Amino acid sequence: MARINVPVVRNILQANERLAAENRRRFDEAGIYVLNLMSSPGAGKTSLLEKTIEALSGRVGIAVIEGDLQSSYDAERIQSKGVQAVQINTDGGCHLDGNMIQIALGSLDLSQVDLLIIENVGNLVCPAEFNLGEHDKIMILSVAEGDDKPLKYPLMFQLCSVLLVNKIDLLPYTDCDMGKIRERARQLNGNQKIFEISCRTGEGFAPWLSWVESKVGEHRKTRMGSKQ
Amino acid sequence: MHELSIAESLIGILTEEARNHKIERINKVKLQVGELAAVVPESLTFCFELVSRDTIAEGAVLEIETIDVVARCDNCDQSFKVLDQMFLCPVCGGPVLELISGRELSVSSIEGETGEDNGSD
Repeated sequence: MARINVPVVRNILQANERLAAENRRRFDEAGIYVLNLMSSPGAGKTSLLEKTIEALSGRVGIAVIEGDLQSSYDAERIQSKGVQAVQINTDGGCHLDGNMIQIALGSLDLSQVDLLIIENVGNLVCPAEFNLGEHDKIMILSVAEGDDKPLKYPLMFQLCSVLLVNKIDLLPYTDCDMGKIRERARQLNGNQKIFEISCRTGEGFAPWLSWVESKVGEHRKTRMGSKQ
Repeated sequence: MHELSIAESLIGILTEEARNHKIERINKVKLQVGELAAVVPESLTFCFELVSRDTIAEGAVLEIETIDVVARCDNCDQSFKVLDQMFLCPVCGGPVLELISGRELSVSSIEGETGEDNGSD
């Protein structure tokens, strides 16, 4: 027996990174803008999707990948809005990964799709570590969860280019301080866009929708450009 | 928790590296984990013990080195350690977006035994 010490510098998640890069290449070739939507359970991910689909249908081709531990309830909610949705059940797994997305893409017809939204498993910790090939990570925080969340889940806030603060219609009934959310989020990620919304009343949706539409437009241009 | 998936990926890497270097038994694995990585070292160690059973890494010690979060301000051309999750430049107060370190999740070395006797030990 001989002892050996091998220096190796390898990212533990490199297998996932490779799959995420393959997904990304596929999205870019098709000119599809892809969002990875994350939040804790019950913050309003599926409600945000429903409202966004209602507002953009006819102008933007949308498809959705739904990630949940169990059930196809969310995919059915989305399908009832008339867009393609595929459900991934992680069977207890706390996050989606690049491989699951690759498999789900096999059940979607991407030819008419401009915007693909991946709704991750409800969790503010684990999904942050796994890239899926998305262009932007975005998150929802509902005011009922409290203004301390940026302090407790720094990586999630650090990585997300957009923070949607949902359920603002409930603000009068909570101790949540919007100023604190903004200040704490800015400390973690000074470039983060913040939209204050209510999925229930529709308040604050216009700026969010125009942000999404402008991003979709940018990616559509790259597709048109590559076809010439 | 996702530490289980991370431990499984780690076993995959160890198995591959062991094959490449003709290692027959792994005694120690050194990891670098950034402070900003969403990984709990105790949980990773626990999951590693579970998934390493009946593999080449069974019984191996995981040595986890925690890496500070360091960021750089583009305006001031300054690098600084991020304390209390303040990603703001201590000089100009502007938001800092470039991370120098803190999100590591990597293997840095593997100690083990090869089947060959090179007489060195």
